[in-house]
Amino acid sequence: MIDHILSVLIFFPAVAAVFGFIIHKDSMRAYGIAVSVIEFALALWLWFAFDSNVSGMQFMELIPVVPSFGINYILGVDGISLFIIILAAFFTLIGIASLTDTKNVKNMIITLLFLQMTMVGVFAALDAIIFYVFWELSLVPMLYIIGAWGGPLRVYASVKFFLYTFAGSLVMLVGMLFMAYFYYQATGVWSFAILDWYRLILPESFQLWLFAAFFIGFAIKVPMFPFHTWLPYAHGQAPTIGSVILAAILLKMGTYAFIRFSLPLFPDASVFYMYPIAVLAIIMIIYTAMVAYAQEDVKQVVAYSSVSHMGVIILGTFALNVEGISGSIFLMIAHGVVSGALFLLVGVIYDRRHTKMMDQFGGLAHVMPRYATIFGIMLMASVGMPLTINFVGEFLSLLGFYQQSHILTLLAGVAIIVGAIYMLAAYKKMFFGEITKDENRSLKDVNKRELLALIPLSIITVWLGVYPKPLLGPINNSVESIVQLMHDKATSVEAKTRIPNVIEGIVITRTPAGEAH
Amino acid sequence: MLAPVNVSLESLNLMTLAPMLIPIVGALLILVIDLFKSNLDKTLYVGVSLLFLFMDFFALYDASTIFAQDGTMLGVFNVMLIDGLALLSQFIIVIASMLFIPLALTHKRFHEFSYPEFFALFLFMIGGFQFMVASDNLILIFVGLETASLALYTMIAMHNRDKSFEAAVKYFTMGALAAGFFSFGSMIFYALTGSIEINQIAAVLAGNGYADIGYVLVGVVFMLASFGFKLSIVPFHTWAPDVYEGSSAAMAGYMSIVPKIAAFIVAMRLFEFLIHSGVVWLEVVLYAFVVITMTAANLWALVQTDVKRMLAYSSISHAGFVMAAILIGTTQANSALFLYWILFSFTNLGSFSMLWISRQKHLPDGQSSDHSYDKFAGMIKTSPMAAVVMALFMLSLAGLPPFALFWGKLYMISSAVTGGYTVLALVMALNSAIAGYYYLKLIVYMFMKEPVVGVNGEVYVANATNALKTIIGIAAVGTVFAVIAVNPLLEFITAFVYNSGY
Repeated sequence: MIDHILSVLIFFPAVAAVFGFIIHKDSMRAYGIAVSVIEFALALWLWFAFDSNVSGMQFMELIPVVPSFGINYILGVDGISLFIIILAAFFTLIGIASLTDTKNVKNMIITLLFLQMTMVGVFAALDAIIFYVFWELSLVPMLYIIGAWGGPLRVYASVKFFLYTFAGSLVMLVGMLFMAYFYYQATGVWSFAILDWYRLILPESFQLWLFAAFFIGFAIKVPMFPFHTWLPYAHGQAPTIGSVILAAILLKMGTYAFIRFSLPLFPDASVFYMYPIAVLAIIMIIYTAMVAYAQEDVKQVVAYSSVSHMGVIILGTFALNVEGISGSIFLMIAHGVVSGALFLLVGVIYDRRHTKMMDQFGGLAHVMPRYATIFGIMLMASVGMPLTINFVGEFLSLLGFYQQSHILTLLAGVAIIVGAIYMLAAYKKMFFGEITKDENRSLKDVNKRELLALIPLSIITVWLGVYPKPLLGPINNSVESIVQLMHDKATSVEAKTRIPNVIEGIVITRTPAGEAH
Repeated sequence: MLAPVNVSLESLNLMTLAPMLIPIVGALLILVIDLFKSNLDKTLYVGVSLLFLFMDFFALYDASTIFAQDGTMLGVFNVMLIDGLALLSQFIIVIASMLFIPLALTHKRFHEFSYPEFFALFLFMIGGFQFMVASDNLILIFVGLETASLALYTMIAMHNRDKSFEAAVKYFTMGALAAGFFSFGSMIFYALTGSIEINQIAAVLAGNGYADIGYVLVGVVFMLASFGFKLSIVPFHTWAPDVYEGSSAAMAGYMSIVPKIAAFIVAMRLFEFLIHSGVVWLEVVLYAFVVITMTAANLWALVQTDVKRMLAYSSISHAGFVMAAILIGTTQANSALFLYWILFSFTNLGSFSMLWISRQKHLPDGQSSDHSYDKFAGMIKTSPMAAVVMALFMLSLAGLPPFALFWGKLYMISSAVTGGYTVLALVMALNSAIAGYYYLKLIVYMFMKEPVVGVNGEVYVANATNALKTIIGIAAVGTVFAVIAVNPLLEFITAFVYNSGY
């Protein structure tokens, strides 16, 4: 079974979802939890069986799908995707376990299980078309979750989410077809396998165009400024579980795809576009932080802060060196944990008061001390306090980019500090001061079911903040091989210098990462 | 004194006629049965039609094994041309017809199916289309086209609603115009080359180096207009939505597939050599037609309030999408056309059948059309299975992986990329995104709105019988598990297209 663990991880939830149709709705939650516990255990088993000393792909599977056109079902996992897969399994578990009273709970859990299939599929696929299949398929369950359980503007929000991403990915699909065609021209065989594409060195002019095509697909998903406008609607209207999964996992597909596709396939173009993208990322960090400050709805604050942090991930990715990319991958996990937890926390108060407006709250720390404590921990993590999980990722990302540009890194660093302001301001509005509204006096503190979801998240936040090595080790290993590949493939002189040669510079590049441990 | 005509039966190769003659014999048989005993139940006629279609299929299978061995066959004074294109398109025609004819077994009684003539006309039409695709002779193509079209007009009119007559007359008028254009175009080509066989025309034109380019262009214009009407290419599409609305949903689904594949084959035979002749003008015009048809039809589909009209515009857009294959003209593109159309037939027949089973005999009060979006509101609550199946078809039409049409789109866009039409590939991709909106609109109505008061789930399956459910089941399975079939289909199609020299 361990040989096919990835296929099992992908299709177990889907099969379970199909069987879910025959489960009685009163038992559905228990069934959903059982399935996601098994899935999470399988994901942990994958981690256990994973050899952290190997930098390449492990647990690879290959089944021909359309061999005459080079489409094969290829799966594999390396240090980059391993932890995101585990995170996806973890958040589905937490999401289902903490699901509050929802109408049509059966449909919701079946949808979540299908969504889990697509999420694991995206991160495990090593064939561009199979990747694309899962990437697009993930839109459908999310569309349904937002559209059927969302707020008053849910239809608008869900359709906007779907069409935006769909349009972007179609452009990306054309890019993929071009890539396969170039491979066909070079070798005489059609192939959509990413590992085959890695071996292809393209002229810089082709790289620039193809990078742009892929960029549109990925940037909308991340979402990068100026393509981010669908996200506030989606978060604003989505039910808690939808926001949690969206922020924790779905957005990571975009940043993951940058590392899996854009960087190794187009190293020269990555260097060429490094500054424009870094500038976009910094605009994204600053602008969304400012917008977040102006929000009155606490969920929108969390949503915009989530976008803001995605900017740091992008910045780290386009540092194009080991620290930056490792940092950005670590930050993906961290951001998943922290923003997922924050959305859960917003959901907790929404369930009690049925409002998310901050002026309706105030002084909550008096009546809900445990809630305030957990919210405080997550808030500190979100603003990047040392010894929390976000700090490691942000620090490494910025450290990586510092080697490319001092000024831009400085700007980003300042922006992150400024970012603390809106989070603290929001916290102050909600938790401190006198209780102004009578409805808030009798609020119940977090209950057991909610604690079941929030405590593990808090533990992870602190544990990985203090001791990130179990994750950083495998991540570093895989990233080094990717950076080396980029260095070897780069054709222009500038790219050769910008992308470090890991094998020669192994002492220099390892030191800063070592400090961060 | 004239020499005695001496033709050996061997050289006529009459077996090439077998697939077309089978449905015609079937049609005659149905008429004969009616002479002896009328007022028989429709199930008999459906059964007889299905039997003859199966025989037809078998004859085709036989012919295709011979083709795989010996290559292209000519027959009957070289009028019949059995090549890969002819065989593939006949397969599509026959299989789509086999999926269509059981749709007559509705729960409610409909006017047209009580006449045996309907089934006779149906089989005559299939024979006509088969003649049309299996010839390279412009006159035989014309005869096949007219046989099929006249039968089709009558079948639409037999639906016996006000709008059906309007639809039939509209279709008839437009069809007559198209026939006129076709004969004019043929006449010009005959005047130029002295031949009515497409390969002869190509040879003569290439031989004199397109000396009379002006006349060629005039001929091409007539032909383009004629095929424009048949394929509902914008701006010749205006009849299509009205005709689809007027005919029964099953008929509309059928019309969106079978007549078009026949017209595509003829267009492919005719335009292939003209595009490769280096007449830039034709390429530009076709390019414009393809882009405008795709885009404009998509935009019109956005604003429709009736699902059937939306599907009509979407079919136009799909036809434009596939027309790109004729523009690109490589083996990959032509194979993509067949792959796309096979996958499209399953999905589109499925979605029109879903409308068909929800068809009420009479319009309820306050409803202006049979299949308005409002009718489907909240369907997931009242009739969840039907809603999920309908959503599947919509997602497939939108080109969402891994459902059927995605693979067609993938291969078609890839052929544009390979053929050097980068901009076209992007336009095709973005059009799929636009189209996503109106397919999604139906899904939004079905899954995210509250049901209309007073509607219970039975409305959506009012017309369903086991036969209809089976057809929809086949279409749904074909749509979901298309991925398994893509590779064998692709290899089969590519071999056939390549061996016919396209």
